[in-house]
Amino acid sequence: MDGLINGLYGIPLLGILVQFVGYIVHIVPDISPLLLQAATPLALGALCGVICERSGVVNIGIEGTMLASAFVAWIVGVTVAPLLPADPSPIFGITPTLLIALVAALLTALLISLVHAWLSITVRADQIISGTIINIAAFGVTGYLFQLIEKGSPTSAGAFTAFTPPSQLVQIPLVGWIFNMFLNQGPIAMSVIVIVIVMQVLLFRSRWGLRTRAVGEHPRAAETVGIDVVRLRYRNVLAGGLLAGLAGAFLTMEASNSFQTAMTQGRGFIALAAMIIGRWTPLGALGAALLFSSSQAIAQSITFAPPGGDLGTILTAIPAQGYDMLPYLVTIIVVAGLIGRSIPPAADGQPYEREAAT
Amino acid sequence: MTSTPASASFDPAAVSAPALEMRGITKRYPGVVANDRIDLVVRPGEIHALLGENGAGKSTLMNILYGLARPDEGQILLDGAEVKISGPADAISRGISMVHQHFMLVPVLTVAENILLGAETMANPVFLDRVEARRRIRELGARFGFEMDPDAKVATLSVGWQQRVEILKALYRQARILVLDEPTAVLTPQETEEIFAVLKRLAAEGHSIIFISHKLYEVLEIADRITVIRRGRVVGSRTPAETNEGDLAEMMVGREVQLTIDRGESHPGKSVLEVRGLHVADDRASEIVRGIDLQVRTGEILGIAGVAGNGQDELVEALVGLRRPTAGQIQLGGRDVAGHTPRQMNEAGVAYVPADRHRFGLVLPFSIADNVVLTSYYRVPFTHGPIRDEGEIESAAEQAIAAYDIRTPSATARAATLSGGNQQKLVVAREFSRELALLVLDQPTRGLDVGSIEFIHRQVLAKRDAGTAILLVSAELDEILELSDRIAVMYRGQLVATVDGRSADKYEIGLLMATGGRERTAELAEAAAADSGVTP
Repeated sequence: MDGLINGLYGIPLLGILVQFVGYIVHIVPDISPLLLQAATPLALGALCGVICERSGVVNIGIEGTMLASAFVAWIVGVTVAPLLPADPSPIFGITPTLLIALVAALLTALLISLVHAWLSITVRADQIISGTIINIAAFGVTGYLFQLIEKGSPTSAGAFTAFTPPSQLVQIPLVGWIFNMFLNQGPIAMSVIVIVIVMQVLLFRSRWGLRTRAVGEHPRAAETVGIDVVRLRYRNVLAGGLLAGLAGAFLTMEASNSFQTAMTQGRGFIALAAMIIGRWTPLGALGAALLFSSSQAIAQSITFAPPGGDLGTILTAIPAQGYDMLPYLVTIIVVAGLIGRSIPPAADGQPYEREAAT
Repeated sequence: MTSTPASASFDPAAVSAPALEMRGITKRYPGVVANDRIDLVVRPGEIHALLGENGAGKSTLMNILYGLARPDEGQILLDGAEVKISGPADAISRGISMVHQHFMLVPVLTVAENILLGAETMANPVFLDRVEARRRIRELGARFGFEMDPDAKVATLSVGWQQRVEILKALYRQARILVLDEPTAVLTPQETEEIFAVLKRLAAEGHSIIFISHKLYEVLEIADRITVIRRGRVVGSRTPAETNEGDLAEMMVGREVQLTIDRGESHPGKSVLEVRGLHVADDRASEIVRGIDLQVRTGEILGIAGVAGNGQDELVEALVGLRRPTAGQIQLGGRDVAGHTPRQMNEAGVAYVPADRHRFGLVLPFSIADNVVLTSYYRVPFTHGPIRDEGEIESAAEQAIAAYDIRTPSATARAATLSGGNQQKLVVAREFSRELALLVLDQPTRGLDVGSIEFIHRQVLAKRDAGTAILLVSAELDEILELSDRIAVMYRGQLVATVDGRSADKYEIGLLMATGGRERTAELAEAAAADSGVTP
């Protein structure tokens, strides 16, 4: 077997490709939990986008919502931590502090979404501008407050820890890494899978899903059969906000245990791209988020543990910045390649004016 | 057309209590009284036609009934009891359903999803019962004589079938009073008859139907009673037996109108437009015009009939330079002009009245004067070098306003402030008031009232008599039949037949529009067989 593979590696060009595939197969089991972790905020952000845009409201304020929630989760955590007992539960390392911080993050997101909903549904303002305001405000306010607070306070209130799946499960040949990927996770990353599946089913099988899709495509038709377009849009934008808030909480409570200025690093926008690539479906959005996160993880692996042989020589010749670019490059290529066939809801971004019932 | 109202089995007069009574309905909007003390009585099992011009107040009255508008005065009684209808949901729960003129269907959803929307059949508090819904939809369809596939995407259905989906939507909600707003506007004559058959069955089962239309012969065919509204008031109520088309038209317009204008003789001369092997792609790059040959001569009108979406829009756009053909020739006066820009076509003497005057015909926020010179503003006398000659532009606008009877306070008023009829007159004024080789008309009277239609048809015939070659595209078959010297039927991107305009048979054209002639051949064969059976 080894002889065969070594023989294949020797073929020019094709050999390099075979080597690359071999390298991927070799590293994926080790980095598999990282794939889902990196995908989590993207997938949650994309789900926020799906739920808003399916009902006809464009939300580009996901980035800002995430950032503000991340900040609030952190600041509330470090504020209440000294007042509460701090013995983490055996599973996920849950403490009362973390739960309070999580609720605070979700409430923050809800509040911001309420502003976006009010501006874009009731006031019928331009939804792009409303989202941009949220992004700029969140960036400025969190950055300023962080500078003020940082000096005199502890930097961390702890974080959720990952569940350790039984080793027998993880070591199953060929598929063990999949279990590792989905189970060797903290509570928020693990919940993503559940949320995606539930949302996928609800969107296409439930009353709420049917009404949401109808309102995003043809709100007047929905209104003529007695559906309250405004109320449904409010609900969806608020529900979407909760998901963006969860994504923010993930950043400061699970992926790390502290806040950094502008730590969302454009994830809210990558999430929008994932939503488009995933054609406004929850499953598609998760797939797109995983595509992005895996190109990121592979780029990192190559930087830190390059493969040997010819392939290693070639790959290490590319500067590190080239690999930093990779996930964004993949996003651009996939969006450019698929966007022509990815059709948004017909009434996406259009404020709805009720027929005057005077 | 057979015309015994099918509700014979359910005699409306024999039932005393009206299903619906609207008493003294008054609705005022700033500056106008849309409904002025309107009374309307609809009995169970009755098909009640509401006849009136655009803006007469029919829609306002129906919006009041459907809870979309609130009356300033008056009462609504259902089965003799007064009700206040707070909105569409309330109207539906009281058994009132409305089929809007522009279908209220979500194209990307399936038939079942569209029907369920807002009246969902649930398997449990969260999930839809899609099996039960499918079963009920099939059953309802079968009861009224058609087979509906609940899983078909609405976007793939023809308008005739979309109409059935709308009717099923109402029946699924157990509507007893069904309002249909201009249900036949986009249907072929055959589809119209099929829908009429469905409506008659509904009435026979005791449903009340309010049928809004401005097609007089249809109203006479289907209705048990006809109420005519003009300027917000009821001017009269008749049974079909008591009245006729001329009488109804006079009630509707308030003066005697000539329903069919005398088109006169045409004198075709030399060929102006010659199209050979034309192929055009639509916005999604799929070929929608697939090999068209046609010719239009001076002094004749070639009508193109067809169900909307069979490539007419793309054909017209290719002819006026808005869309580049993928293959084929367009010759204007012997010169190949395929792929020329709209301005080049315009300068070559091609005028164009587009189907959608809001999107393509006019710049609504601009003044009437600016719209009049929209195709010539850059030329002398309207412009000298970089400077506009406002005086010339204004006098051109004043001329157009006078010649085409555009009702406006001034030439500087914005085009958006004009009524639909006057907007269309403005487009016609701009396009008609110069020397023309070819005139391309795409649905030139869509959504206009009888008076404006009459005016525009006269202008078109005057252009024909002046020797212009005219290509008329319309989904309104009546308009094609009324004006055309020759009629070509377009079906799936091809012209499937060309017939003489004066001797054309409406039903034969309708059949060609719907089937492209495949069924026609079968039917002719059948007729021939039947003929040979009876002739000795």
